[in-house]
Amino acid sequence: MTGSTTTMTMIEAIQNAHDIAMQRDERVVVYGEDVGFFGGVFRCTAGLQEKYGPQRCFDAPINESGIVGTAIGMAAYGLLPCIEIQFSDYVYPAYDQIVSEAARLRHRSGGDFTCPLVIRMPVGGGIFGGQTHSQSPEAVFTHVSGLKTVMPSNPYDAKGLLIASIEDPDPVIFLEPKRLYNGPFDGHYEKPVVPWRDHDSGTVPQDYYTVPLGKAAVRREGAALTILAYGTMVYVAEAATADTGIDAEIIDLRSLLPLDLDTITASVAKTGRCVVVHEATRTSGFGAELSALVQEECFYHLEAPVTRVTGWDTPYPHAQEWDYFPSPERLGRAMRDVMEAV
Amino acid sequence: MLGQCATVHDRKRPGIRTVYNAIHIRSEPVNARATTHAWYKTGSRIFLQAKSYLSKWVIMSDAIPLSFRVPAPEIRPGDAPDFSGVDIPRAGSVRRPPVDSDPEELRDLAFTIIRVMSRDGDAVGDWTLDLDEEDLRLGLTHMMRLRAFDARMLMAQRQGKTSFYMQHLGEEAISCAFQRALQPGDMNFPTYRQAGLLIAQDYPMFLMMCQIYSNEKDPNHGRQLPIMYSSKEHGFFSISGNLATQYPQAVGWAMASAISRDSKIAAGWVGDGSTAESDFHAAMVFASTYKAPVVLNIVNNQWAISTFQGIAKGDAGTFAARGHGFGIPALRVDGNDYLAVLAVARWAAERARRNLGPTLVEYVTYRAGGHSTSDDPSAYRPREEGDAWPLGDPVLRFKNFLIKQGLWSEARQAQLQAEIEDEVITAQKEAEAIGTLSSGNTPSARDMFEDVYAEMPPHLVRQRQEAGF
Ligand SMILES: Cc1ncc(C[n+]2csc(CCOP(=O)(O)OP(=O)(O)O)c2C)c(N)n1
Ligand SMILES: [Mg+2]
Repeated sequence: MTGSTTTMTMIEAIQNAHDIAMQRDERVVVYGEDVGFFGGVFRCTAGLQEKYGPQRCFDAPINESGIVGTAIGMAAYGLLPCIEIQFSDYVYPAYDQIVSEAARLRHRSGGDFTCPLVIRMPVGGGIFGGQTHSQSPEAVFTHVSGLKTVMPSNPYDAKGLLIASIEDPDPVIFLEPKRLYNGPFDGHYEKPVVPWRDHDSGTVPQDYYTVPLGKAAVRREGAALTILAYGTMVYVAEAATADTGIDAEIIDLRSLLPLDLDTITASVAKTGRCVVVHEATRTSGFGAELSALVQEECFYHLEAPVTRVTGWDTPYPHAQEWDYFPSPERLGRAMRDVMEAV
Repeated sequence: MLGQCATVHDRKRPGIRTVYNAIHIRSEPVNARATTHAWYKTGSRIFLQAKSYLSKWVIMSDAIPLSFRVPAPEIRPGDAPDFSGVDIPRAGSVRRPPVDSDPEELRDLAFTIIRVMSRDGDAVGDWTLDLDEEDLRLGLTHMMRLRAFDARMLMAQRQGKTSFYMQHLGEEAISCAFQRALQPGDMNFPTYRQAGLLIAQDYPMFLMMCQIYSNEKDPNHGRQLPIMYSSKEHGFFSISGNLATQYPQAVGWAMASAISRDSKIAAGWVGDGSTAESDFHAAMVFASTYKAPVVLNIVNNQWAISTFQGIAKGDAGTFAARGHGFGIPALRVDGNDYLAVLAVARWAAERARRNLGPTLVEYVTYRAGGHSTSDDPSAYRPREEGDAWPLGDPVLRFKNFLIKQGLWSEARQAQLQAEIEDEVITAQKEAEAIGTLSSGNTPSARDMFEDVYAEMPPHLVRQRQEAGF
C-alpha cells in the first residue's frame, strides 16, 4: 500500500469510498432518501451533492421500490447507481425489484442486460431503535441467486468493499452495521465504546484501494475453536474470547455471498470446533447455511456439534434490547459448551 | 420537446410520417438485431437511420442533450424565509359544496385552501360550524394539552429517560380536531404524528407516558419505539415505523365495515413525504374501486426529515390533486385552523358514513419542530422559517378567535395553561414512579417471546428457556 493514511469512522470511510468512486467514474450516481442536500441521516453521503452536483447525488422520494426500480433502469442504461435505503427495515417494499428484477436480469436476458448496482443499508440493533430500526435481513438476500451480499465490520473494509462493490458487474447488497458507525461496539453496553480513531482498523488509506468480495479476514488466530462472525458480532466474539480466555480463531466473513469457504474450512479443520454467531433471527438465518457447510465440508474434523448464537426468533424489542442482542456472555457460554463437548 | 424528435418520411408510403423521440443517441449504428433504427451523430446534427421497411430514409434533427432536473427548495439555511409563493385564499372564500356532489364538480377544492378563522378572529364563510362553547373550549384544551405533553416528553428524552421522541409542534389542530368528527367504533390508522387523536378522547396521558418510557405499565410491553401507541378501544390502530403501510390498511378496514354492513368508517393518515410510497397509491386504487367508507388524510407539513415536499410531489399540482386521477373528491384545508379542520373532517366523515365513498384531504401545515429527537433541522432549513409560516400557530390563532368572540380571556388562558401543566406533570410523576427506560423498571425479557404467535411454538419455548426464562 502506498500513499498516506488517516483515521476515519466507518461513516467517513463510506463517504470517502463514494467520493473516490464518483471521482474516478462519472457513471457512478448516488441517491436515496435524505441523501442529497443533507448527506444522509447517518451522513454517509455528506458533501457529495455539493461536490458532484445534484445530477449525480440527489434526494429521492420516499419510495424504496421506486429507488431500486429506477436504479435498475439506470444500471441497464449503463450508469453505476449506488443507492441508499435509509434503514434495512425499510427495504421490503423494494424486495420485488431486488429479487425478481435486479438479481435475475443478467440471467434471463442471456447477458443482454446487466445490473451493476449497489444497494447500501444500515443494519443491526443496539441503538434502541425498536423493531423498525434494528433488523438484520442478510438471509433474505443471501437466499436469492444473482445477488452478492457483503457486510464490513470496520472503516478499512467498509471503504475497500464499497469501492469493489461499485465496480462489481452484478448487484451487491451492502449492509452497514450501524452500531459500528462510530466505534467497534463489543456488546458490553455499559462500557464506553472505543472510537475508531483509537482502533487499528480506523486507519484508512486516503487513496483508492479495494477489498475483494469473497475474501474473509482472520481477526484472531487461535487453536481451540473457530468463531464465524460478521458485522458487530466480530467485536462480540473478541470480547467473548477475552472474557472466557478460550483460544478462539475469529473469522470475519466480510462477504457472505460469495463466501470464502476455504478460509472457513482451513480453520475448522485446524480447531475441530465451530460456533457461528449473528444478530439476525435464528430460524433459516445465515448461520444455518454456515452450519450446514461446515458440517458438509469438515464433518470428520469436528469434535463437537456446530453451534449457533443468534438473535431470538422474535421481533427486535425496544426495552429488552440487551436480552435480544447476542451478548459476549451468551457467546461465551456457547464457546464453553462447545469446548466441553467430547 | 420538438427539438428532441425526428420526423421520418417513409419513402414507400408517402405522406406517412413517424415521429421518434431521441432517446438513444449513439455515434455508432446500433445492433440491427436489437432495433429497427439507429441514430448517428455528426457534429451537432443527429441522424436517424431507419431500418427494415423504412429502408434508408433518414431525416435529421438538431441535437439537444437532455437534462436531468432535481427539484430543490429555493430557501436553505442562511437565506431569509420566503413563503410569498404560497397562495393563501382569504378565510371564508371557499364554497362548501353538498357532500353528495359529483366528484367532477369538486376539482377546484384540491387547489385552494379552505379556511374559517379570519385574521380578525372571526369565523367566516360556508364552512363555519355551529359549535357550542363547550366544544370550543375543548378544542383549545386538547391542543394545549398535546403541546404541553410534547414539551415534557421532549425534555424527558433529553434527560435520558427514554430513547426517542417525536413532537407535533405546529400541527396540533389537525389530529385534535379530526378526532372530534369521528364516532366511537371508527378506526384511525395514524402515523407517529397524530397523538391528538388520543388526547382528544381523554386517553390517559399516563399510559402514553408509560409507553414512551417502555415501563411495566406500557400497553405495548416495551416492545415498540416510544410514541408508537396502540389502542383499539380508542379507534387508534397500532402505529408502524414503516411509512404508509397503514394507508391501504385503513381502506381495507373500511371495506370490511361495508362488507359487514356496519356503520363504522376509517381514517388513514400519511405525511407529505410518504405519499410517494407505493402503498399510498395502492390505497387510492382500492378506495376508489370499492368506494370504501374512508377519509384519507395527508398531513403536508412541508418537510419529510430533510427533504422538502417538492421531492414527493414535483412542482405540479397539489397533494390533494393526486385524488383526481382516481376520481376521489379531494380537499385542501388550512391545517392550522382548528375550525376549518373540524368542518372538513365532518364533511368527509359524512360522505363516508352516507356510503358516498372516500375523500382525500390535504392539511396544509408546517412542522415547526425537528423531525424527531434525532434530527437537527437547522442543517437544511432556516431556523426562522417556522416563524415566517403564513398560516401561523394553531393554538394562538384559536385562542385569539375565542377571545375575539368574547368567550375567553388572557387570564383564563393563563389559568388553563397552568392547569394543563399540572395535569401533565402529575401524569409524568405517576408514570415515572412505575419506571423509565433508563431506570430499568421495564417489562421482563420473558415477555419478548409472547405474542409472536397466539400459541408459542416449540422452538420459541426452547429459545425462551435458553434465554433463561
Ligand atoms: C418505508 C420507510 N421508509 C423510510 C422511513 C424513514 N423515515 C421515517 S420518517 C420519514 C419522513 C416522513 O416524512 P412525512 O411523510 O412527510 O411525515 P412527517 O415526518 O413530516 O410527519 C422517513 C424517510 C420509514 N420510516 N419507512
Ligand atoms: Mg412531512
